[in-house]
Amino acid sequence: MSAEYVTPISKEGLEATGFPVPAPAAKGNGGRTRLRGGRRVGVVLLGLIVPALILLAWHLSTASGYFRPSQLPSPASVLAAAVDLVQRGQLANHILISTQRVLLGFLIGSLLGVLAGALLGLSRIADILLTPTVGALRAVPSLAWVPLLVLWIGINEDSKVTLISIGAFFPVFTTLYLGLRHVDRNLVEAARAFGLNGVRLLTTVQLPAVVPALFSGLRLALAQSWLFLVAAELIASSMGLGFLLTDSQQTGRVDRIILAIILLAVIGKTTDALLGIAERWAVRRWA
Amino acid sequence: MTAVLAPGSTKPHHKQALGVRFSGLGRSFGSSGDRRIVLRDVTVEVKPSEILAILGTSGCGKSTLLRAAAGLDIPDSGEVLIDGTPVTGIDERCAVAFQEPRLLPWHTLQANVAIGLPKSSSASAGKAKVLELLKLVGLDAFAKHRPREVSGGMAQRTSLARALARNPGVLLLDEPFGALDALTRIKMQDLLLDIHRAQPTTVLLVTHDVDEALQLADRILVLGRGDADEPGSTIAELVTVPGARPRDRNSADLGALRSSLLSLLGVTGH
Repeated sequence: MSAEYVTPISKEGLEATGFPVPAPAAKGNGGRTRLRGGRRVGVVLLGLIVPALILLAWHLSTASGYFRPSQLPSPASVLAAAVDLVQRGQLANHILISTQRVLLGFLIGSLLGVLAGALLGLSRIADILLTPTVGALRAVPSLAWVPLLVLWIGINEDSKVTLISIGAFFPVFTTLYLGLRHVDRNLVEAARAFGLNGVRLLTTVQLPAVVPALFSGLRLALAQSWLFLVAAELIASSMGLGFLLTDSQQTGRVDRIILAIILLAVIGKTTDALLGIAERWAVRRWA
Repeated sequence: MTAVLAPGSTKPHHKQALGVRFSGLGRSFGSSGDRRIVLRDVTVEVKPSEILAILGTSGCGKSTLLRAAAGLDIPDSGEVLIDGTPVTGIDERCAVAFQEPRLLPWHTLQANVAIGLPKSSSASAGKAKVLELLKLVGLDAFAKHRPREVSGGMAQRTSLARALARNPGVLLLDEPFGALDALTRIKMQDLLLDIHRAQPTTVLLVTHDVDEALQLADRILVLGRGDADEPGSTIAELVTVPGARPRDRNSADLGALRSSLLSLLGVTGH
């Protein structure tokens, strides 16, 4: 693995200087693998160019005094705010509680989404009976649930996790429901002709066929979970990245606001990338 | 490609070939206001071990007839009897190979063939049988490949092996070679005859290819309008193909029969 990461960087470095680099195809299979690994690293590096430029522009615009620190603090002061919060022992708590809420809500919501999507996607009667209701529930803007959740469940972990679950539920439900309804009829018929039905038909044909769709639903659900987390924490909480945002707004700490936004971007992107790896594996395995 | 069936190497692992009787079979589609009659009054007896080719123009109900035998479709009138007992649903005694391979893309060829095994078979016996069948269709080297990694002809051979795994008393083939190139099709036809010689099961073969029917079948059933001026297809002709297999593709007897079959199908001047 390490060779895959080191070699291509130096090779691309050589190419960048105009130094002639031997064609990798001549090296046979090993060379091709390395090239593919190199491409992936190259893509990641290219993707970092724009964030680096933004950081540079941010630094220049604050260092030149174009923005006042109360409008836009410098990158260095945001870093200092992070170090300060770490030293107070608060940052880890904010991050951990937010991540815990997202993961719990995501797990519960997507599990219920899988169950409901499977039920409505497979059972014609359940589809006819329930689809209009579920469609109407999906049309309710998510934040409309907040007052009800606060009254019913109270301002605590449960109401936040419930709100996030609602957010995670619908993407998983929708993709699985549509996926199951569009499983290749020919495949299902062939399997039926060989005596498969009920649970065996489900596990042998229908579920494997929707695995790729399910994973894209899960990725959407995870993104929704982060969205709903901030909504839940903005409204009522005493910890978490959303709380850090509102609290910093009230105390005028723009550096902490920007810190929270950057953390949300980085953590959200990281969890999405992890799920993306699982998705690529699943697509290779099942598609 | 050609599977060599050395005598004694393959156990007679098929059940006894079973006779099939279509009795007054009729089927129409659509709602009561807009009803389209596809089949009417199809009555024919297929003997055990016989290969019956079902010929007809597209949309004439060939596949519907086959699906009724498989239990994939329920006729409106009449019934299908296999070995004297009526078909009431998906029937264990039949196995189907479709025009498309219809393999599960996430399974290996080996696992796809194993789908065809009867429920009763034990894991070890089932595995041995699957490998034997893959060898029979010349794919033992590709057992661990996925369907998308092999050619269309190989996928279709896998589909045939899957049908054979079922130990079928009746093998139902729905234009199984229709989508293959001409050369592969001839090889597949030879393979089917090899298999049938080694394990003579009853075969119903739906095809639109007159030459394929002439090569493979004991008898050819032509579905068409028939004499009556009624909607829907019925048996327009039922002929016995002269000569023992393998038949010379250029023989004069077959040439005359080919012309008459083609004219029945509405193609004249050949």
